[in-house]
Amino acid sequence: MKIREVTLSTTPTAEAIADLRLGDIVYLDGLIYTAREGVYMRALEDQANIPMELPSQSAANFHCSPAAVIREDGSFDLGAVTATASFRFAKWLPEWMARTGARLIIGKGGMSSKDYKEYFVPNGAVYLSTVGYGTGALLGRGVETVEAVHWHEELGIAQAMWVIRARRMGPFIVASNMQGECLFERENAKIVKNLDRVYEGTKPAVLKRYGETDDRSDEVIG
Amino acid sequence: MIPIHLIQQTAETLMDKAAIEIPQDYLDGLKAAAKTEDGDLSSFVLQAMLENYEAAKEDRRAMCGDTGVPRWYVKMGNEARIEGGPVALEAALRRATANATTGVPLRPNRVHPLWRTDHNNNVGIGAPEIEYGFEPQGEWIDLITVHKGGLFGTDYRMLFPSDGIQGIKRFYLDSLVAFGKRGLACQPAIIGIGLGGSKDTCMVLGKRASVLRTVGSRNSDPKIAAMEDDFKELGNSIGMGAMGFVGKNMVIDCNIEVGYCHTGGMQMSVHAFCLSSRRAVARIFPDGRVEHRTDPDWFTAYQRREGIEWEMGLEAAE
Repeated sequence: MKIREVTLSTTPTAEAIADLRLGDIVYLDGLIYTAREGVYMRALEDQANIPMELPSQSAANFHCSPAAVIREDGSFDLGAVTATASFRFAKWLPEWMARTGARLIIGKGGMSSKDYKEYFVPNGAVYLSTVGYGTGALLGRGVETVEAVHWHEELGIAQAMWVIRARRMGPFIVASNMQGECLFERENAKIVKNLDRVYEGTKPAVLKRYGETDDRSDEVIG
Repeated sequence: MIPIHLIQQTAETLMDKAAIEIPQDYLDGLKAAAKTEDGDLSSFVLQAMLENYEAAKEDRRAMCGDTGVPRWYVKMGNEARIEGGPVALEAALRRATANATTGVPLRPNRVHPLWRTDHNNNVGIGAPEIEYGFEPQGEWIDLITVHKGGLFGTDYRMLFPSDGIQGIKRFYLDSLVAFGKRGLACQPAIIGIGLGGSKDTCMVLGKRASVLRTVGSRNSDPKIAAMEDDFKELGNSIGMGAMGFVGKNMVIDCNIEVGYCHTGGMQMSVHAFCLSSRRAVARIFPDGRVEHRTDPDWFTAYQRREGIEWEMGLEAAE
């Protein structure tokens, strides 16, 4: 299969999103903000005002905390950028997407097709996965400027809301589509066929662990 | 006497190198993997990673945004003396960790487990970890820093002698499959397996097997070395590659370390040292010489000794 490369705005049209196919490689232009558990809790549970105009400024939520430092003069030194595993944020994402109009959720590892069907597709959103993981230096090169860092005093550098201007930032991989299909589940389904052969000759351990499974299609997430 | 300022200065350089420069042994291993990879998506991922290492070195920027949790392994020759003693040494390593966090910059990953307090410098209670080893001869000190990343890919299981090699194999596969899906383990990785010890030391052994041994190294016990070869091949026959995509490369190498355990048990741990296998090493001599390398050379004959006494003469003859 030939891999297709796409350049996408961080305030993408519905048509541009609908055109994405699982496994496409995406490069992003525009503003991206980072938001993970700290930001979600502060905005959704503590009801703090979100310090950006969303989604008009950006519809791209990156599950990330950069390797970065805020200098004494208030400027920023941002080095490498990579994502953190997204499945941990499923609890907040439906409300976050409804509140902010986020249409590109960028992270590591993706979500389940159930998540995609239940609240990604209805919100017109897709999931973009970082590559590797992680191509931190390549993604760092795609950061033109750091526009702002919100809530770093309340949440610390790692959990703060970093607003970055991306210029051909990538690569990312399209991991869900408007049909609610999941790239990782598609790959899992292909791999699982081979697992019985690989496990041949082994037997379950003498001491069971609570909640253990022998269903090879199970996943540790969700 | 080894001057303390030289220890701190060297430690800062090591922090920088670990975050930015992929060790050559891992790079060679990954290049070899990329040649054999035929899954279209997993091939793309490996090529992107190879480009990423170049970009990191060119820009002197960290190779991954998650710069892991810095820790130190310190090894001393029996005759090594440090200016200010071990307390000064630990302070120097903590200062180097904090300075490098803003200098490189690294991500300030370390927070209080409950209060999530972040000093923004990767230093806190028990952080960075500092672990020690000793060698029978020498006036030198080895500083090894490892910035292992990831919350996934590591697991422990209490097996029993009746589980046998097949039980070990099964837990190994369980770990790779569970954490390989979606690429949570950031594979292809250096997989470390710890066997024996107690629950805590088993974890330590497995972690050290993944982070303190290089790609291509083999256990000094030929039967364990053969297991390492078998397990590498087994991991790469799962059919899973980078990011959990269909592929051939899950394991860049498999390293196994053992420790004597309770007669009734067979503890096992599995660890994955990821696509950003951050480690850097330097040996500092009392005359001020500093020799940089990437092989920690941790598991010497002395570290794996079985008997009561260590005979100095024996080592000299080796």
